[in-house]
Amino acid sequence: MLNIDSVERGIVIDHIQAGKGMEVYKYLNLDKLESSVAIIKNAKSNKMGKKDIIKVENEINIDLTALGFIDPNITINIIENDKIARKINLQLPEEVSNIVKCKNPRCISSIEQEIPHIFKLTNKEEKTYRCVYCDTAYDGKA
Amino acid sequence: MLKGRHLIDPMDLSLEEIDEILDLADEIVANPAEFAEVCKGKILATLFYEPSTRTRLSFEAAMLRLGGSIMGFSSADSSSAAKGESVADTIKTIACYADIAAMRHPKEGAPKVASLNTDMPVINGGDGGHQHPTQTLTDLLTIRSLKKKLNNFTIGFCGDLKFGRTVHSLIKALSRYENIKFVLISPQELRVPDYIKEEILLKNNIEFEEVERLEDSIHQLDVLYMTRVQKERFFNEADYVRLKDSYIVNLEKLEKAKSDMIILHPLPRVNEISVEVDNDERAAYFKQAKFGMFVRMALIMKLLGVEKC
Repeated sequence: MLNIDSVERGIVIDHIQAGKGMEVYKYLNLDKLESSVAIIKNAKSNKMGKKDIIKVENEINIDLTALGFIDPNITINIIENDKIARKINLQLPEEVSNIVKCKNPRCISSIEQEIPHIFKLTNKEEKTYRCVYCDTAYDGKA
Repeated sequence: MLKGRHLIDPMDLSLEEIDEILDLADEIVANPAEFAEVCKGKILATLFYEPSTRTRLSFEAAMLRLGGSIMGFSSADSSSAAKGESVADTIKTIACYADIAAMRHPKEGAPKVASLNTDMPVINGGDGGHQHPTQTLTDLLTIRSLKKKLNNFTIGFCGDLKFGRTVHSLIKALSRYENIKFVLISPQELRVPDYIKEEILLKNNIEFEEVERLEDSIHQLDVLYMTRVQKERFFNEADYVRLKDSYIVNLEKLEKAKSDMIILHPLPRVNEISVEVDNDERAAYFKQAKFGMFVRMALIMKLLGVEKC
């Protein structure tokens, strides 16, 4: 297995569904960070078979709402002194604002630029989010 | 408490609140003179970004019959939207002048945006193919007045069930009442969207069937809800021409129907109900238009918190 240096102090975003690592990287704006960031794709996982992992040096503020929206099964480990100091389990947020845009060309948000794109969780089991303006379901594609 | 609220989606209202509105509408139907001045000094703004003579006039007639005044515009060209003003800015400005607003907009969710930007009650008068809650209230009042109940009946929806927002809203609203069976009559191409079936009918174990021919199922209906196959909802002319005449009710088809069935239609009709049906006792679509005005009177009173003098 590929070796990436362990993080002494920072964050490990674990159990990302294989292939979604870059999406998470993009949502969290990790490209704007000065610190080291490693994306590990298709790492072996007992639980998932394959998974993606992101390691970030130094502690940063993470938008847990955005991350929960992308994949509530992701776990976040806060690393201090080479050890896991805290684990954060994510939840599906009830509402997300300006994370994804409504794709319905007939939606008012498609013509008025300043309107926030808000989606509400309407079915927890199915993980269905709907646009608060036109009720169009988010199709899972950014 | 309905005072100060918006009405954007028919599901914004609880069953009790719907009853409250329909009960008041019944009172107005019985004694319209008692309500002739209850909204004196109040102004309704009708903000119609696309033409809809019928709905706009129904709102305006409702306010005028309550003794109130009206102002507004009837197309986007004659409003500041033509200059590029946002819905949010428009409603904030209108709220300085009016007490309540009814909005129709071609884009889905525009009245919702308006409601998020003002404390003045905003009524959705139709937003694209999305919602049309006052039509739903109209339909509920018509059925309740003519059938004397809102439960234990079979209703058939016929025509364009894919794009017909009145159909979607009424199915949603009726799904909350007991023992209503739905018969969905349409060509394959214009069937009710999956989300209505999955999230409303299947989820709540509501009995329904999808059929293609009106004459095969008309005998079991207590209410027949006809819809217009709207040209503007189609992406190409050929599909429209091919499907528009598929579902027409005439006296011949009515021979198989129950004698106390009622025929509803949100109007305007094109040719989906033959004119010969107008004189049949079961034709209720013009009564429905009148109930539409009465239910809007009741709604305006409730949202403004106005009582009978």
